[in-house]
Amino acid sequence: MSSNEKGFDRREFLKSTAAVAGATAVGTLAPLGAAMAQAGKIKVGLMLPYTGTYAALGVAITNGFKLAVEERGGKLGGREIEYIVVDDESNPAKAPENANKLVQRDKVDVVIGTVHSGVAMGMAKVIRETGTLWINPNAGADEVTGPLCAPNIFRTSFSNWQTTHALGKVLKAKGHKNAVFITWKYAAGEQMMQGFKEGFEKEGGKLIKELYTPFPQVEFQALLTEIASIKPDAVVSFFAGGGAAKFLKDYAAAGLKGKIPLYGSGFLTDGVLEAVGDAAEGVETTLHYADSLNTKKDNAFRLAYAKTYKLQPDVYAVQGYDAGQLLAAGLDAVKGNISNKAGMIKAMESAKIDSPRGAWTLSKAHNPVQDMYLRKVVGKQNLVQGVAWKALADPAKGCKA
Amino acid sequence: MDFAFFLIQLLNGLQYGLLLFLVASGLTLIFGIMGIINLAHGSFYMLGAYLAWSLAGLTGSLVAAILVAVPLTVVFGMALEWLLIRRLYERDHLFQVLLTYGLILVFEEMRSILWGDDVHGVPVPALLNASIPLTENLSYPVYRLFISAVCLLLALGLYLLIQKTRLGMMIRAGASNRDMVQSLGINIKFIYTLVFAIGVALAAFAGMINAPLSSVFPNMGGQVLIICFVVVVIGGIGSVKGAMVASLMIGLADTFGQVLLPEVAGMIVYLLMAIVLVWRPAGLFGRA
Amino acid sequence: MAPARTRQFALLACALLLAAFPLVGGTFYVQLVVKVMILAIFAMSLDLLIGFTGLVSFGHAAYFGLAGYALALLGPKYEAASLWWSLPAAMAVCALFAFLTGLLVLRTRGIFFIMVTLAFAQMLFFVFHDTKLGGGSDGIYIYNKPELKLGDFALANLDKTEHFYWLVLVLMVAVYLLLARVLGSTFGRALVGIKVNEHRMQALGFPVFRYKLASYVLAGALGGLSGYLAAVQFGFVNPEILSWHQSGAVMMMVILGGMGTLYGPVLGAFAFVLLQEAFSNQAWFGAWAKHWQLAMGLFIILVAMYLPQGLAGLLQKFGRKDEAAQAEEEHG
Repeated sequence: MSSNEKGFDRREFLKSTAAVAGATAVGTLAPLGAAMAQAGKIKVGLMLPYTGTYAALGVAITNGFKLAVEERGGKLGGREIEYIVVDDESNPAKAPENANKLVQRDKVDVVIGTVHSGVAMGMAKVIRETGTLWINPNAGADEVTGPLCAPNIFRTSFSNWQTTHALGKVLKAKGHKNAVFITWKYAAGEQMMQGFKEGFEKEGGKLIKELYTPFPQVEFQALLTEIASIKPDAVVSFFAGGGAAKFLKDYAAAGLKGKIPLYGSGFLTDGVLEAVGDAAEGVETTLHYADSLNTKKDNAFRLAYAKTYKLQPDVYAVQGYDAGQLLAAGLDAVKGNISNKAGMIKAMESAKIDSPRGAWTLSKAHNPVQDMYLRKVVGKQNLVQGVAWKALADPAKGCKA
Repeated sequence: MDFAFFLIQLLNGLQYGLLLFLVASGLTLIFGIMGIINLAHGSFYMLGAYLAWSLAGLTGSLVAAILVAVPLTVVFGMALEWLLIRRLYERDHLFQVLLTYGLILVFEEMRSILWGDDVHGVPVPALLNASIPLTENLSYPVYRLFISAVCLLLALGLYLLIQKTRLGMMIRAGASNRDMVQSLGINIKFIYTLVFAIGVALAAFAGMINAPLSSVFPNMGGQVLIICFVVVVIGGIGSVKGAMVASLMIGLADTFGQVLLPEVAGMIVYLLMAIVLVWRPAGLFGRA
Repeated sequence: MAPARTRQFALLACALLLAAFPLVGGTFYVQLVVKVMILAIFAMSLDLLIGFTGLVSFGHAAYFGLAGYALALLGPKYEAASLWWSLPAAMAVCALFAFLTGLLVLRTRGIFFIMVTLAFAQMLFFVFHDTKLGGGSDGIYIYNKPELKLGDFALANLDKTEHFYWLVLVLMVAVYLLLARVLGSTFGRALVGIKVNEHRMQALGFPVFRYKLASYVLAGALGGLSGYLAAVQFGFVNPEILSWHQSGAVMMMVILGGMGTLYGPVLGAFAFVLLQEAFSNQAWFGAWAKHWQLAMGLFIILVAMYLPQGLAGLLQKFGRKDEAAQAEEEHG
């Protein structure tokens, strides 16, 4: 945090924003020259994927965040927002460097990012070393609010553990005594498996087999056959994007659908229902968001989002939106004086976020304590069936802060 | 694993292998006959899948989409050869790697600009949308069997084209001695253009016909590219027969690997390749 | 002035300018140049194979990643490793891997060689991606930068950006001089001979296979050096650092700069990183900046088509037209 250490003066600010308005009217170029005039703005660094597999998610998060800011008249804590965007390509190899770009070169006040867990791990390194404020609007790596937790690290999405933990209760209630978990062989899949296992075993259930397919392979036939031969009471799974679409279709085509009920982390059925058609019908998942929540807040959000971007919002847009809300809560509390970091962090920690997903607060490790919905695929929607777990908190294993 | 499931896994492995063959056959042709290393092969697969999706949406039928899309990809392949690839025949493989690496980036971004970054599904044609029950809870989709049949037919067709036709003879001759064929008054340039276009069309066709199973999504080409390389290396460059054998080997190794040795499933195909290379450095059916 | 002299002076001047940069540059830019110099070492090591031995390796990222993982796994978790043993150890691991795979891959040639090097790199990728060994797909941290001490006296504090910068600069120059030395020796001339005509060299009685293996191992060890430094700089390793995209990128640097010259890869590393920064610069390209890979792809295609000798080739063309023959000899 090297910029904005000077005290903050409201009149100064008004003058400088007027200057900025003038400057931007004249020309949009001159990134360096403009920096001085923009001293009054809060610099928000968006480090998200805008190319590659997760590009759509990066855009949804950006849209959500900007919507939250626009709803507050384009200002948080009375100060305008300047965005600095870095495409992280979902490439962990470039993660520390990309984070450095925002922190060291652009001297942003807060970093918003990212989607890919490996990239988030690389970011965490830089963030912890520099103490920059970081709001993570998606990447669910348990470590971020576990061993890596820190006062300046916040998350507005979920931990991988959270997305499957409530399924244990769900399966128990349906009378399933044993289950098989199938996912990609990578960290997120393993963490979701762990979250489910703990929840299921607590309820007296038994996870009889963990099945992994190499990431990002989408040939599932061998493991589906394996499942058929094991004949478990239920199958729990996590895949995302193209892999999820393929898995759902293959599961149905192999005739397992209807014979062995399929459950999953909510990402299994998010953003792919158009692509899979009826193959996903009836699949039940848990997630912190669902279609047709039909609350006042959610309806207003969905309407505003659709109006602004001519797109339907998804869970990623909500997470981005909440990142904006969380930052707003912090900046409002210190009246835009971001150099009062301690005050900001305190306000953010105790904030109650009025989210489209339902209100949530932060755990000690700064991960949302939130309701996990049980959703069921009906038509092309993830319809909410009820709350699977009220105010589920991540155990934050290894967090010493 | 009891015997019935062993047989089913065998079927899974063979079926996956045939699918790999479909993508890898175009790659091995371009490699073997033209001596061109083509990293963009996976992009053609992706292009085919996206074409199938967008045209099936327009025409309402996958068959119609494929009938329209295949000629399109042939023309596209010819244009690409004429515009870029042609200039690389005399050059080191290095430049081929580089140029086709550049093409991957270009195609992937064009895909993003033209079609966006979402996942899309393509419905299985109604006629083939059924399953055959195998055990009490497992059945086999007819469409998968259909794809296997198409792969076998295509393999046969390729074999006949190369071994039994006049064009095939010219292609084979062109592969072994370019200058001699040229001096015989055969338009070798055109033959190369044609081979490249066939290779592109094969990859794109694989993407199209597989689209109902795989869905279409960003970066889908990258996933098949490397595995197809392994197929070509194991089979021997330019050998259609080798590509078939290697595809089936990899299909089986991968299938049984995932079930029996899940810890090393990701590495298993590469291990297989290393073993084959120790034994036969030019691949199973390659000319040393 | 003789061209060789001119070049030596130019290189010396560049090195001095680079040495002075941390005194004036901001932290971010100093770190950026560190990264570029590390990539320059990486590219030089690959050029030894591509440009001088005629071995087109498409799996060079394996060494870059392996050395990083070696530092992360061999070093103590919560204390600093000593550079004196951890750097040689990481390079030795890479040399060993190069030796073992080299015995196999050097039996192949042409397209096969390209694919087989790629496949071995992929295999290593899955080792780190699929097993718990190095933290799986999330990667693993290196909590403390290694120490550089002589007895109790700290020669440099690598936590300080400038100290690390100078260390990398010294190592880059050292690699340059080492390779210049190697290539000037009988061994080096034999490598170039192998590149031009392997059979002739065989007939002349050179142990071609052993020479190629030696070159392959040296390139692997130097690639490891760069990977070690990158791991130290970022304190984080992840399987992606040995993905095939990384191998493609470094190949691009070598060709863009000019293969078969030693300063080419260094130029290439600088140019590659600068271009990437430029194409993704929103101030210049606006909304198109997010499609920067399109521009990069088109650029790569143009280089492959029209700039086979790279930037070094351009320099030579404009620098001394009539001494091309002499230049050939010097670079050979």
